[in-house]
Amino acid sequence: MPELLEVRRLVKHFPVRRGLLGRRSAKVHAVDDVSFSLAENETLGLVGESGCGKSTTGFSILRLIEPTGGEVRFQGENILTLAPEPLRRLRRKMQIVFQDPFGSLNPRMTVERVVEEPLLNHEALSGAARRARVKETLEMVGLLPEHLTRFPHEFSGGQRQRVCVARALVLRPKLVVGDEPVSALDVSVRAQVLNLLVELQRRLNLSYLFISHDLAVIRYVSHRVGVMYLGQIVELADVKAIYARPLHPYTRALLSAVPVPDPRRSRQRILIKGDVPSPIDPPPGCRFHPRCPEVMPVCREQAPLTRAAEPNHLVRCHLYDHHDVWDPSFQASASDALNRSTQGGSA
Amino acid sequence: MTCAIHSGNDNPLTLLQIDNLKTFFHSRRGLAKAVDGVSLQVDEGEVVGIVGESGCGKSVLALSILKLLPMPPAFFEDGRILFMGQDLLASSREALMGIRGNRISMIFQEPMTALNPVFTVGNQLAEVFRVHRGLERTEALRKAVDMLARVGVPAPERRVKEYPYQLSGGMRQRVMIAMALACRPALLLADEPTTALDVSIQAQILELMMELKAELNTAILLITHDLGVVAEATRRVAVMYTGRIMEEALTVDLFDRPLHPYTRGLMASIPRADAGFESGSLNEIKGGVPSVAALPAGCHFEPRCPEAMDICRTRPPRLETVDDGHRVACWRVGHA
Repeated sequence: MPELLEVRRLVKHFPVRRGLLGRRSAKVHAVDDVSFSLAENETLGLVGESGCGKSTTGFSILRLIEPTGGEVRFQGENILTLAPEPLRRLRRKMQIVFQDPFGSLNPRMTVERVVEEPLLNHEALSGAARRARVKETLEMVGLLPEHLTRFPHEFSGGQRQRVCVARALVLRPKLVVGDEPVSALDVSVRAQVLNLLVELQRRLNLSYLFISHDLAVIRYVSHRVGVMYLGQIVELADVKAIYARPLHPYTRALLSAVPVPDPRRSRQRILIKGDVPSPIDPPPGCRFHPRCPEVMPVCREQAPLTRAAEPNHLVRCHLYDHHDVWDPSFQASASDALNRSTQGGSA
Repeated sequence: MTCAIHSGNDNPLTLLQIDNLKTFFHSRRGLAKAVDGVSLQVDEGEVVGIVGESGCGKSVLALSILKLLPMPPAFFEDGRILFMGQDLLASSREALMGIRGNRISMIFQEPMTALNPVFTVGNQLAEVFRVHRGLERTEALRKAVDMLARVGVPAPERRVKEYPYQLSGGMRQRVMIAMALACRPALLLADEPTTALDVSIQAQILELMMELKAELNTAILLITHDLGVVAEATRRVAVMYTGRIMEEALTVDLFDRPLHPYTRGLMASIPRADAGFESGSLNEIKGGVPSVAALPAGCHFEPRCPEAMDICRTRPPRLETVDDGHRVACWRVGHA
């Protein structure tokens, strides 16, 4: 699978003013050194608790907020250095679905206008062609032609989220960022929307960056999963590997904390103490060390590097210091080298 | 009509008994039957879950118990709520004041809105002791510090002087629990107590509630939409849908043998963190929850039910006991 999206050492700091008269300035380390890649037709799940930076990561990738540093390559092009006009043209290939289907739809616009708006902005289609595309897209998400003239308030939460999905897909994007797209939905409706997203991915060759706090939802939709804590990815692996053999103590604790709908299952719960520290002053050393059940002296002093504990299983923890350090630029340079050699071969 | 199902209040262990409760609302769109004939019993020290989706009436049920609903538009059409033999719906305002926060207390989903932002944590917690126990200010504050320590708030002497905004979500919920349990109530109504919290904090709070329950023998009516929380924390559970109980059983039985098509559909539609989905897709319950102002005439679940029959469209099924303690409201089960 060719990489559609490559994110390297992404950083986003928000300045905050503190102290009397706001004279002391500080930074919220919302995203700090995040690297991953996303292949075509793949879903990468980003999971973590509130404040871990997963939504900021999603927004930064679309440049809905401007990252502080790093690289985001979409089909090989670094979008962080793009001028406004080329960026606008690229955006039609990258869309987003938000958590709240109530807040993210204009209550004064009919479904037809909501869904056709991206087309008006990005594609020069005739009226008839535009209407045909809107209708086709609504059908894809399971809405009916008679819904076109209705307003958002006439729909239930699940149907509204279908409208949001239609709006995102009407431009036939390559990448869809889902920021907690099913978290506001009721259980019985959530399954409908999840199944829809999975089906649409197959049909339209979509790649998803799926952001959620829900480990069960992430397991269902993702091919690979990145676990975030305080602005960093602490573990990144294949979905099966991460749920079967979580390596990072945080991942292990998180998985053991999820209530499981099986009253007969007795298990060892790893309780992590305390709260997530403030991202303004993240703890020195490993950011998880104050809550970590397996903390060692080195964790208090040195920040762990991301290492490949297995070929495709990355973990940022001192327990795995005997493994090789993973360099996010490695994959790209390796494939570049490969490209060069094939070019050389054909010449 | 369902009253006879209970062995009744001659059972010495029964703490709370709700009989055929109907809490309705006048609304612009007509009569909203938020709770429509619910009968439920909670024994001393028992944890009973109420599980359901938004709009199923689970929160209104809890608020009915303490008569915390605005009346009007809410009114009780029928039913009674016996708490230690006393009919709460017939009790005077003064009598209820003595019960609320004292014998029955409640915690809510959003601890930020449930705490008063302009008073310190200690002030609010001490108030419980002053009102219900008649303690002096300093003595009440000392008790407040003890209570905060009990619910695992670090540095309680410092925290009592802080305001709610200075605390994290998990800490606020601990303060709420401290307030709720200050008077060692016999019954705690917990309305989605962990829903607003992160997974790791949710685990801490559930653990804390179970610890305190064991220590104080407090019965808990745990209202949630999360079947995982139900499985972990409750002994018995009622599944609600649009104001009615669809199924009730011991939690173990409900998960072993869910009988109502709604319960079964619900269980098959949740993704699980402890199991993969290599095979196929999630089960879907078609359609959405109907509005309480426009409910089907027969079984409320009929329009979405994969097993609906003719009778389901016209007549609502009664909640019937199928075997020991397992009750189901479905024409396919137990009515044959």
